[in-house]
Amino acid sequence: MASPGKSAAVKAPEPPAELVREPLVLNNRSLGWITDAIAGVCEKPMPVWWWPAFIVSVGGMITMFSLIAYLVSTGVGVWGLNQPADWAWDITNFVFWIGIGHAGTLISAVLFLLRQKWRTSVNRAAEAMTIFAVACAGIFPVFHTGRVWFALLPGYLFPAPNANEIWPQFRSPLLWDVFAVSTYGTVSLLFWYVGLIPDLATLRDRSKGLLRRFFYGLFSLGWTGSNRHWSNYEKAYLLLAGLSTPLVLSVHSIVSFDFAVSVVPGWHTTIFPPYFVAGAIFSGFGMVLTLLIPLRSLFKLEDVITLRHVELMCKVLLATGSIVGYAYGMEFFIAWYGGSPYELYAFKNRAFGPYWWSYWAMISCNVISPHFFWFKKLRTSVVFVWIVSIFVNIGMWFERFVIIVTSLHRDYLPSSWGYFTPSWVDVMTFVGSFGLFMTLFLLFIRFLPVIAISEVKGVTPQADPHHPLGGAKGHH
Amino acid sequence: MSSNRSKPHGLLAEFHTAADIFEAAIRCRDAGFTQWDVYTPFPIHGMDEAMGLRKSPVGWFTFCGGFTGFFTGMTMIWYMNKFDYPLVVGGKPLFTPLYAFPVSYEMTILLSAFGTLFGMFFLNRLPKFYNPLFKNERFKKSTDDRFFICIEATDPKFGTDATRTFLTEKCHAAVVELVED
Repeated sequence: MASPGKSAAVKAPEPPAELVREPLVLNNRSLGWITDAIAGVCEKPMPVWWWPAFIVSVGGMITMFSLIAYLVSTGVGVWGLNQPADWAWDITNFVFWIGIGHAGTLISAVLFLLRQKWRTSVNRAAEAMTIFAVACAGIFPVFHTGRVWFALLPGYLFPAPNANEIWPQFRSPLLWDVFAVSTYGTVSLLFWYVGLIPDLATLRDRSKGLLRRFFYGLFSLGWTGSNRHWSNYEKAYLLLAGLSTPLVLSVHSIVSFDFAVSVVPGWHTTIFPPYFVAGAIFSGFGMVLTLLIPLRSLFKLEDVITLRHVELMCKVLLATGSIVGYAYGMEFFIAWYGGSPYELYAFKNRAFGPYWWSYWAMISCNVISPHFFWFKKLRTSVVFVWIVSIFVNIGMWFERFVIIVTSLHRDYLPSSWGYFTPSWVDVMTFVGSFGLFMTLFLLFIRFLPVIAISEVKGVTPQADPHHPLGGAKGHH
Repeated sequence: MSSNRSKPHGLLAEFHTAADIFEAAIRCRDAGFTQWDVYTPFPIHGMDEAMGLRKSPVGWFTFCGGFTGFFTGMTMIWYMNKFDYPLVVGGKPLFTPLYAFPVSYEMTILLSAFGTLFGMFFLNRLPKFYNPLFKNERFKKSTDDRFFICIEATDPKFGTDATRTFLTEKCHAAVVELVED
């Protein structure tokens, strides 16, 4: 307390205790501790559980690629697809995986632009998740074409003329989708790599082994931490965040155009783009929590990925989950209010038709489960949050299944109605895609820093030259 | 240093806190050095002003990339679907910027991102695998928890002894000499 009348300097009052923000790194850890804790994860030998997890994941991945080889050599009929449901698990899986990616970009780009500093602890892993999810997503649309060589060779997907010198048809949203998804994958990879460069330099400077030093040295490009470099780097990072934000919104909008631009009842709705984007972020945050909650405790990173991070992500789930719930309700309202009997039937059929179970699985996972997060006690119970995050993943897969299959299996003419059942190849290819995803994620944990080291350091008080912990003496 | 062939690269000063290097950077700027740099494990807020750096021009590369991307997209679609092989599909127009927009938009973002990345690499002269700084063992801490200033010998104001005195006396840093091969 300053004695009255003596102190001439005007001092800003301290904020009341309840408004003081919790520090982003707990226990006042030093900069060196942050380096050791995070770099230590990929420098030390992996814990015992890593190997069985890796072997199971690789097994899944091999299963998926074998089944794809079976599909390519036999024909797309090995999946359960047939008229009228020509799209089913394949496109469901595609939208599911691409949606998961969106949380990574939201965390890395949108929260960066909004100056949400807590993102620094989770963005690296979330962006890795994005890239691996996009890799899984890309497989399904490519192989659902059956004779892949026609799709990959000039004519359909890539802007080159086919055998009859006909160019791809740019009026089709399917082609927009090719550009959207490939741009998304590429830009996400660039953004991730730019963020990794300073941390790769940290690993280069710490590593003892020759191979590691060579590869970290190669990919860190000779980074020194020069401020003249940081200046351009930070501008580039900001610009990439600014580019990724409209990109991520456009990608799932364009994915939704695959459906919305058609005339199928249940698909032809204008609510699709925002509804898909919200759903994508919802599902992605579900997956981020599914991955990070075990990661933080297995690698003792609770001081960096704190309970506050978990809680904030639960709030995002609550917000986007509510938007998704609203969209489900609004779809029904418009189906009735729009006055099209086909549209109304499509929605009645969703809820009470032969696929009623998938609809109610979706509703209970996506509409009910996020609302537990109104309660702080539940938001801060990591086990509970983890279980809910699994339900979100399941619910969002069912959402895409409901949209795709229930709309296709009964459209205008009752004579061409049908019922889709997946084949074992459908099921195992999807299960195998988790193997690919987890293989990539486990390799990421093994070789790269799971948290952005330099960014986390940057948000500690030690990094601030005007903070006492940053070494500031007296005030300016 | 013992070899006659090695010529001095500059002087490297080591600091322990963000505040120390921040004030030292202001002193170096005010002393009129030009060939010098600050090395930190993370970007320090306000350091650009402290060093007197101009604003980064990366944005121009982004803009050029984006501009190229958008017009490449539009031109490509016009050429393919209207000019080279006009084919009516669903009675829709052969070309309109409306249906060409989503693809051109993605191309804008794609090439902007490449422009940003390679613009940043170009401005930073990366990759650069040889650097006399890497020969100093202490400098490895610059990606961990230490802060460095290097004043290079090419600086017109550089004089080994005077600069060393400046760094030790005025900036209170531990100083070592760096050499090139």
